[in-house]
Amino acid sequence: MADTPAQDPWAQLRATTRARIGLGQAGDALPLREVLGFQMAHALARDAVHAPLDAAGPEAALRPHPVLHARSAAPDRSTYLRRPDLGRRLHPKSLSTLPNGPFDIAFVLADGLSANAVERHAAPVFRACLARLPGWRIAPAVIATQARVALGDEIGERLGARLAVMLIGERPGLSVPDSLGIYLTHAPRVGRRDSERNCISNIHTAGGLDPELAAAKLVWLMREALARKLTGTGLKDDADPAALASTAGLPPPT
Amino acid sequence: MGCWTAIAGGEQYRFEGLAQLLAAASPRRSGDDLAGIAATSDAQRVAARFALADLPLRAFLSEAVVPYEADEVTRLILDTHDAAAFARIAHLTVGDFRDWLLSHEADAVALAAISPGLTPEMVAATSKLMRNQDLIAVERKRRVVTAFRSTLGLEGRLATRLQPNHPTDDLRGIAAYTLDGLLNGSGDAVIGVNPATDSVPNGIALLEMLDGLRRQYDIPTQTCVLTHVTNAMEIMQRGAPVDLVFQSVAGTEGANRGFGVDLAILREARDAALSLKRAGPSGEVMYFETGQGSALSAEAHHGVDQQTLEARAYAVCRAFRPLLVNTVVGFIGSEYLYDGKQIIRAGLEDHFCGKLLGLPMGVDVCYTNHAEADGDDMDGLMTLLAAAGVHFLICVPGADDIMLNYQSLSFHDVLALRTMLGLRPAPEFEDWLIRMGIARPGGPIRPPELAASRLMQLAHEAGARG
Repeated sequence: MADTPAQDPWAQLRATTRARIGLGQAGDALPLREVLGFQMAHALARDAVHAPLDAAGPEAALRPHPVLHARSAAPDRSTYLRRPDLGRRLHPKSLSTLPNGPFDIAFVLADGLSANAVERHAAPVFRACLARLPGWRIAPAVIATQARVALGDEIGERLGARLAVMLIGERPGLSVPDSLGIYLTHAPRVGRRDSERNCISNIHTAGGLDPELAAAKLVWLMREALARKLTGTGLKDDADPAALASTAGLPPPT
Repeated sequence: MGCWTAIAGGEQYRFEGLAQLLAAASPRRSGDDLAGIAATSDAQRVAARFALADLPLRAFLSEAVVPYEADEVTRLILDTHDAAAFARIAHLTVGDFRDWLLSHEADAVALAAISPGLTPEMVAATSKLMRNQDLIAVERKRRVVTAFRSTLGLEGRLATRLQPNHPTDDLRGIAAYTLDGLLNGSGDAVIGVNPATDSVPNGIALLEMLDGLRRQYDIPTQTCVLTHVTNAMEIMQRGAPVDLVFQSVAGTEGANRGFGVDLAILREARDAALSLKRAGPSGEVMYFETGQGSALSAEAHHGVDQQTLEARAYAVCRAFRPLLVNTVVGFIGSEYLYDGKQIIRAGLEDHFCGKLLGLPMGVDVCYTNHAEADGDDMDGLMTLLAAAGVHFLICVPGADDIMLNYQSLSFHDVLALRTMLGLRPAPEFEDWLIRMGIARPGGPIRPPELAASRLMQLAHEAGARG
């Protein structure tokens, strides 16, 4: 491996990616600096899994849109990690706090496995969607803790929403501990299958999907979901970039 | 429904039905605890193993763990069972069968001959009576050879899937990872990318780039975009170069519905891929991934333990003559496999069950950041699997998959394994590595300096594109 970036052809390639490429060798193994760098990244990711959600930040960023709070039936982080079934259901106390619509969309901001992801990227996606959805009936945003993806089904059903959008922290990776995922579900109700959702993943600012572009894709999917009355494997993300721009600002299909 | 009792430690234990007996006999794992079906004590677990050891293998043909009427996977298993192949072992109990598998009489030919007579439940039950050492000893004897442009599964060989995933499917980034992997001797089983965006136009763009690269450098391997089977069918209709059709599958009809598939759609997709006439004479055009816990995750587990259900997924795979199958063993997370010990055990079980049923079984040796596991655990599992003759392993740059956010093996890990255990890549791919100056004739892989490599031109193009 060459010593200076100018002589190292990997330098140009590394600019295209955060992947650990062109690492060099110590025999067959990795050089020590790469081994220790990997261990540090793993330590940071493990810490991110256990960090609690600070709801104040996202709540302030969502205003003036109304905000509600909900929590799953998992009482704490360690139970949450072992009991995904509890993370998919609302705590009884949260059930009564959700109003009944009707709404076109319910947005849920959920900690998932990375509270940092929600704190940093959920509000920008939400605001970018709002700007593209004039005339849509949008439920109060729900900030949910100890939440799994399917918790959005119960929240959306409770709110009487035609679509549920889950903005949820993805499992932290070594390179990016704050990646956000979006799950869109038509006619949300308890018991929906994962194949009945559309997913947009890897939303973050370290070379991931930009919140504006994520919102454009999501709004396109929302319109298609309402027009075709489904989400999931029956709804292909077939949009070209021109279509993403052209549908923004239109009212919801009935 | 059968009922079994066993006495252990002065106490009598009772097991109602095969599903309960199998679950209680299973080595401890968090997914079975989550489902509420695991043994409630270590003594009960071993008592269940005593009872299971005395069970005739035949019992699995008369009592289904998931009802025949309610589940097409059960129907597939029982309707395609080969009674003639089973005849040789029909008189054995599960315990006898474990002993026979380990016997020197049970060589590669004998094991291959009984494969069509085995059901997943028989194989899963037997694995529960086997230590890790026993699993490895039998796995090592059972070679399964498959072929497309490269020949996989031969004695003394260890193949890899090069997995160049990118968070935004950037073609330059994916080309850069692919280059890094090729220079390190990876990619002989498949160059297979998981797309970040599961769309048809995106899948076509990725396939055309990977296929163009393969043709330009005449690489004897396969390419694959791991998109949903219905996307692959649409992509094939639009004329894009599909070598392998990929799908995640599980061991119950309900869990497969959770993946948006059934047996009929898999059959249709396989026919479509065969009609492209890209494959070799063996017609192996399917690539499946599985993993313990998927049926429970989809709430379609019927009270059956996750390891038995995983083995049932292999019956689905077996029906479609795949080129490649792998369990993504540590990907699902600590809810199903809590720590390194559970992941290692599950990886060996999955490899054992897949091979015994006749599958080209590979493993994604991996873990997530919410599991109690680290690289040391993966070093253990990869070495055990390589000793066991695994069909292929998955590698990503620096063990860090920046799209799926988990850790698999690195290119370096496989280099080390090949050196430590004297294992070589697939023969056609090894010849190509020698032509490219990456491997020395008849010997070790020595990744060349990029600047001096024959693949540098590829790097220039990757840098210039986009």
